[in-house]
Amino acid sequence: MPNPIAENKMIDSKNKTSFFMRWEFILIVLLVLILAFIAILTPDIFTLRNLLDATITFTEKSILALPMALLIISGVIDISVASISAMAGVLMGVFFKSGVDLGTAVVLGLLVGVAAGFFNGVVITKLKIPSIVVTLATMLIYRGVGYILLGDNAVRNLPESFGVLGGAYGNLFIPIQAIIFFVFTVIFGIILQLSSFGRKIYIIGNNEHAALYSGLHVDRIRIILTTVTGFVAALSGILLTSRIGSARPDIANGNEMMVITIVLLGGVSIYGGKGTIPGVFLSCLILGYIHYGLVLLRIQEQVIRIATGGLLIIALLIPTVVEKIRSLRKIQYE
Amino acid sequence: MPSIKNIPEVLTKTIKQREFAVLLVNIILIIIVGIRNPVFFTLENWKDLLMYGSILVFISIGQMMTMVTGGIDLSVGSILAFAGMSVGIIMRENPSFHPLLLTFFGVLIGLGCGLFNGLLIGKGKIPPLIATLATLSIFRGMVVLVSRSRWIVYGDITPGFKLIARGNTLGINNLMFAALIIAVLSYYFLNHTMTGREIYAYGDNKLAAKFVGISRMRIEFIVYMISGVLAGLGGVLWVSRVNTAQASTAVGYEMQTVAACVIGGVSIYGGVGSVIGVMLGALLFSIILNALELIGIVDFWKMSIQGLVILLAVIFDAIIAHRTKEQIRKQRRTFDAESNS
Repeated sequence: MPNPIAENKMIDSKNKTSFFMRWEFILIVLLVLILAFIAILTPDIFTLRNLLDATITFTEKSILALPMALLIISGVIDISVASISAMAGVLMGVFFKSGVDLGTAVVLGLLVGVAAGFFNGVVITKLKIPSIVVTLATMLIYRGVGYILLGDNAVRNLPESFGVLGGAYGNLFIPIQAIIFFVFTVIFGIILQLSSFGRKIYIIGNNEHAALYSGLHVDRIRIILTTVTGFVAALSGILLTSRIGSARPDIANGNEMMVITIVLLGGVSIYGGKGTIPGVFLSCLILGYIHYGLVLLRIQEQVIRIATGGLLIIALLIPTVVEKIRSLRKIQYE
Repeated sequence: MPSIKNIPEVLTKTIKQREFAVLLVNIILIIIVGIRNPVFFTLENWKDLLMYGSILVFISIGQMMTMVTGGIDLSVGSILAFAGMSVGIIMRENPSFHPLLLTFFGVLIGLGCGLFNGLLIGKGKIPPLIATLATLSIFRGMVVLVSRSRWIVYGDITPGFKLIARGNTLGINNLMFAALIIAVLSYYFLNHTMTGREIYAYGDNKLAAKFVGISRMRIEFIVYMISGVLAGLGGVLWVSRVNTAQASTAVGYEMQTVAACVIGGVSIYGGVGSVIGVMLGALLFSIILNALELIGIVDFWKMSIQGLVILLAVIFDAIIAHRTKEQIRKQRRTFDAESNS
């Protein structure tokens, strides 16, 4: 089996860097440091079970980071994801309230996400409007749909069995959410790192025009990616609804920033064409446990928000700083 | 020399301009809303509408400058809230401070936030959208931090401070006066100073601007600084207008400024945008919001309609841009054919 990290190198960088210089390695070190920090902080709580528990609150964002990574690598961004989550959650609740049985309501909620993502993709590619602006507008539209349907209310009395999705273990050792996350990681990892479709995503992200002239269906691939992102966003919304036990229009507020932070910290370039799923996976765990650690320290939600914004900025500054160091080194060699 | 012959030409030129189209939509909307609900035409309603619109106008002008450089400033709503909250707290602790001094503090805080944005975008080379998405969250977090979860309420506001928004200068309400002054100054700055022209040149073609010797860092620092300063000033006026400051003050306000710009013909690709267009765009947007209230459409519709307005304006622009490109291509083809023969 080809090593995904090694294979990606061909596209990732011309001068082969050793594993220890790679972004993923830095992330692993970071993760170990954070886990060590948590272990020092609360030695009693530091068990496997608790560490898995800690992932529950974070899975909704983590599963969304995976398709978002693919999307950003292909040169498109979707900042309407949190709104799609909220819309799907609300619609699922509304369908359920109107007498549809739960399974169908969930499927309908997911379909809403698919439609929303598809609409984003079509407007972005066919009208050639920057994805940022399109999804900025649809972010408001989708979020508004929930408010139009429910206003200040929420759909409560969701059946007990539905809550299983959100937080319970079922009969298993691992929480269901964590299983979903791991399975998704493997699926998206295979798609991006090992399939020809993944190669195409990298090519489009690196040079859209070259991809077009070499016969790739750039628009089609991007629409597929936004649609998949819409689907996963809806799934994330339904998981969140299940966890909090009621369908509300104001859920997942600000999640888009969190998701983009995960993706960029995972080594994906905001300009497209660069990044790996293992990197994003590690980044999910890192941000998840940072959040967990901050909550253990009883730090306010607002401070955590500032910290997230700060992390996003740091993740974005790294390429600039690295470039500067490299150019300085080059001058020294010469 | 304008002669009679030129008049049709000048006329068609004005009609083709974006500002004219927006003005027309404004008038049509005013007539329709007025017929549906006569309350719309009362002086009281217009005063409310324009007071709301005034703050939107000048913050949108700041937004326009960032958009002309090809960027965007999503943090204006948070800067507004942060400046408003900080000034409110300073006022609560020192009720004797002169309102003008407080306004100055607000502007200073806005300047600080703007400089931070400029630093990230100009020096750190972070894409503006992502950088300001991050600072949106940071500044919003600061609002709660500085307030220690104690909001500024009506009782905390000194009478002098209330007068900032309620008072008049030269017979015009202060808010509208401020908006007018800022609009005139920005018009002069953008159209008649070297730096103003450089902002457009930079937004139109970054590579060409580089070759002409326009400093990328300087331009970006300037626009985000101006945007921050105007948002800071907006924060003071906002608190004075509504007499409260909360954690949720002006959440999502950045979208309204973007909407005003996009409606007013500011191109999301950079390089295009005028102060008059943005003023008309902000007016149109304020009328839409006001009309929604008057016609009795529930608050909850607002968000979707805002998004829809932005989307439609952007799609409209994209179609126009596409058509212009086709036209230029056609012209070039005929030109080539003529020069070949």
